Amino acid sequence: MAVTLPRPQAPAAPAQAAPEYGTLPAYHGFVSWLTTVDHKRIGILYGSTAFAFFLLGGLEALMIRIQLATPGSTFVSPDAFNQLFTMHGTTMIFLFVMPMSVAFFNYIVPLQIGAPDVAFPRLNAFSYWTFLFGGIFMNLSYFFDGMPDGGWFGYAPLTTIQFSPSHRIDFWMLSLQILGVASLAGAFNFLVTIINMRAPGMSLMRMPVFTWNTLITSFLLVFAFPAITVALILLMFDRLYGTNFYYAPNGGDPLLWQHLFWIFGHPEVYILILPAMGMVSEILPVFSKKPLFGYPFVVYATVAIGFIGFGVWSHHMFTTGLGPIANSFFAASTMLIAVPTGVKIFNWMGTMYGGAIRFTTPMLFAIGFVSMFTIGGLTGVMHAIVPVDMQHQDSYFVVAHFHYVLFGGAFFGIMGGIYFWWSKFTGRMLDEKLGKWVFWLVFAGFNLTFGPMHFLGVDGMPRRVYTYGANQGWSGWFGMDWLGWNMVVTIGAFIIMVGMLIFIYSAFKALRGPKDAPTDPWDGATLEWSLPSPPPVYNFAVAPVVRSRDAFWAWKRRPQAVEAGENVATLQVGGHTVGHAEFEEEHPSEEYLAQERNAYYADPATFHIPNPSFFPIIAAFGLTCLAAGMIFGYALSIAGFLYLIVAIGGWAMEPTS
Amino acid sequence: MPFPRASGPGRKLILLSLGVALTALLSGCANVPHTTVLPKTEAAQKIQDLYVLIFWLAVAVFILTQGGLLWVLWRFRARPGHELPEQTHGNTTLEIRWTIAPAVILVIMAVPTIRTIFELESAPPAQASGLPPLVVEVVGKQWWWEFRYPEIRKPNGEPLVTANEMVIPTGRTVYLHIISDNVIHSFWVQQLMGKIDAMPNHENKIWFTAEDPGQYFGQCAEYCGIQHAQMRMNVIAMAPADYEAWAQRSAQPAEPVTDIAKAGAEAFVTNGCAGCHTVDGNPTAIGVIGPNLSHFGSRTTLAAGILQNTPENLAAWIQDPQAIKPGNFMTNQHVKPTDVDALVAYLHSLK
Repeated sequence: MAVTLPRPQAPAAPAQAAPEYGTLPAYHGFVSWLTTVDHKRIGILYGSTAFAFFLLGGLEALMIRIQLATPGSTFVSPDAFNQLFTMHGTTMIFLFVMPMSVAFFNYIVPLQIGAPDVAFPRLNAFSYWTFLFGGIFMNLSYFFDGMPDGGWFGYAPLTTIQFSPSHRIDFWMLSLQILGVASLAGAFNFLVTIINMRAPGMSLMRMPVFTWNTLITSFLLVFAFPAITVALILLMFDRLYGTNFYYAPNGGDPLLWQHLFWIFGHPEVYILILPAMGMVSEILPVFSKKPLFGYPFVVYATVAIGFIGFGVWSHHMFTTGLGPIANSFFAASTMLIAVPTGVKIFNWMGTMYGGAIRFTTPMLFAIGFVSMFTIGGLTGVMHAIVPVDMQHQDSYFVVAHFHYVLFGGAFFGIMGGIYFWWSKFTGRMLDEKLGKWVFWLVFAGFNLTFGPMHFLGVDGMPRRVYTYGANQGWSGWFGMDWLGWNMVVTIGAFIIMVGMLIFIYSAFKALRGPKDAPTDPWDGATLEWSLPSPPPVYNFAVAPVVRSRDAFWAWKRRPQAVEAGENVATLQVGGHTVGHAEFEEEHPSEEYLAQERNAYYADPATFHIPNPSFFPIIAAFGLTCLAAGMIFGYALSIAGFLYLIVAIGGWAMEPTS
Repeated sequence: MPFPRASGPGRKLILLSLGVALTALLSGCANVPHTTVLPKTEAAQKIQDLYVLIFWLAVAVFILTQGGLLWVLWRFRARPGHELPEQTHGNTTLEIRWTIAPAVILVIMAVPTIRTIFELESAPPAQASGLPPLVVEVVGKQWWWEFRYPEIRKPNGEPLVTANEMVIPTGRTVYLHIISDNVIHSFWVQQLMGKIDAMPNHENKIWFTAEDPGQYFGQCAEYCGIQHAQMRMNVIAMAPADYEAWAQRSAQPAEPVTDIAKAGAEAFVTNGCAGCHTVDGNPTAIGVIGPNLSHFGSRTTLAAGILQNTPENLAAWIQDPQAIKPGNFMTNQHVKPTDVDALVAYLHSLK
């Protein structure tokens, strides 16, 4: 699709040539990755690790699908199946979507807000290493007692020592606590970064929407993770020290776990989806050549979702017998959250309305997000109807619903983000032709996989079953009973696999190619597109001055206009007024303009770059050993604790530059 | 775009051909419907009515949003020579409209929802017949179901206990008191009523009135451990007279008549079965870990609804329960082949 639009010119090149970046101490080699505190490198580490875990979770999903393709299959044992679906869920949520979102936070947010790095670079490194060790620790269980098998939701009392005596659940609960530390460290870091380190002039309401979503996601993390931490610590005391918070025969309360878990668990859903919504909110405007429609409403809707998201947790518990009053309340609050979500969808469509839509791969994934997430939203509202939920709860209908939200939503958003920002991450472009194959295969496979699950669920197939009978199901739709639909689902899953293999091939192909990505391949609107691909280690040589939303979009157009002697306040591009009211109010001084144009050509050797440090990885390792000692003996815990103390001490005493 | 229509006609074709092939393949299977959309009780019908309402509302919203999206994508696709589009930033009136519109639809949904919640979660309504509802206590076990009938008393005054097959009368409301003594399960008989969890320390109640005699399929719906998948059950609705006859017969112990069945009664004790299973009339068989087998011979299925209760299946189950349902709590007792035959005869004589 070769469409040439009148492209705005990049700012005129200044007279003096840019010095080489080599004037900074260069970091190379394996050790430099262990000690790095550069947010971009940590972002790459986060992203590649998360993608590796995605492959693991995807493999688990394919094994689940092979087992369920036919009734009475013995491809895996029931025990193995329960481990597989537990680890598939846990991996995709805690080891893929969350850290992949954090990868984008890391790489993109400082660039979008014009900051040199995050507020606490070493804490950032610590967050990554803690995540990596936590994820490895969880999967190490495979080599000991087997992988966790209590479901990603780990319902007590099934997960108490009385019903799950092996160490599998210990691995699960301990590594989730480790991962919680990683998430909280990251969340606090981004809160402080976004609140304190925005470029001059970037008021909150001029912030890119992805950064807004990062901010709100970080708040959700900070408020939601304590709930699951409490739940896990109570479980840990039950399992290791003989307390009875959850074990009913000794007076424990089996509902306590569910409340604590879902007070975390529902905001967690928004922790998973808001970053992808942020990415989509960046992609749609760029490829529609229009600013985001209704920016303040999108922001308010995101804040509203964040708030209401803490008041809907019991809709996961409609069948536990909370009583009609509680059920009615949570039905109403759940319906309420559909309103701001709908506002976002309408604003995305408003963004595309009247635009000049370019169907690039990132745009296709973003459009796919809007479309598929809407379906997930509609079935979500269905679950708010408590009596209907009594039929759908814990059936494949729910599996269909949340995969439309998390795969059609979060995953499509992430794929869009990867294609969108790949040039910034790697300095190369991903192949567009292959990208379209990836999109259409994944899109078709996705709908073939998760669409029929709606039928299966309404047809009464419960989830988390390792097998079903040949005579089960009802052939009401297209003459297909459980067997028929399950076979279709499995075929769909393999189509997704083919699409993702093409993506992996495309990624490797790009990485082997020359580093020739342009600075601004998509005609972007936000500040990261003003930096080379990939950006230099210090990001911005001079903090950019922000006078409007979509700062780079307006910034690209201003110098020409000024040089042409136009009045900046009424600046026109392509026959239309560009920029926002705030921008038009301010007449930039000539000094500002000169400073901006010279921004990239200041002497980088004079910049303050935080030193690499070994202490974050040592501290993360100590923390993991401390937790692992709960399984392998307290000597390891003590060693890990001492390690941690030494690392924290060294960290505190370490000179920062 | 090199691959633009693969999700459209291509996918339909795949679906269609698969559908045709599989229909041909499966037309011989006798299906017990498990579907939620063919309810057989008034309570389940209330749920279905609500589902139909919201389904069509969702379809309308689906068509509007997806259709609108496709139209926008088509209408505003970039074309050669396209000028930079007008840089609109928003429209407050529109925002207010599309905030209020979904809210109105949601209110339309919320009113019948809350009304139905209170209807279904209150005590069962009084019946025309004047009979009180039949209370059955349901206990979720790992991985089977126990049913206790406080209304039906055995000669020793204890309530009738049975497992995995719940017999109920038609035309009379059944009021289930559901609990667990281990982990959380969920009681789900799709055509009779929505599911409700079997929680330890917390009794849940649902009610429904089966109108048609017949067999209804059910299954545990909350993940409860290794054999969650094979924790099934049957509900058998009988005409009131048949139900009364069943109740009277079940209250009395069944006695083995043939010699081989009598030998089986002994084998039941010598092979250790009695340690876990109760059989009324067999004084040693008072175990309570496994299902009560007092009238096992009259059940249609075994091992929590996963196998037809034929002599062959029962023999296979006795010889190696772990092969059929790996991880379940019935151990392989290494029963001698002669004892297996005797046990099968004995258990099937318990009608």
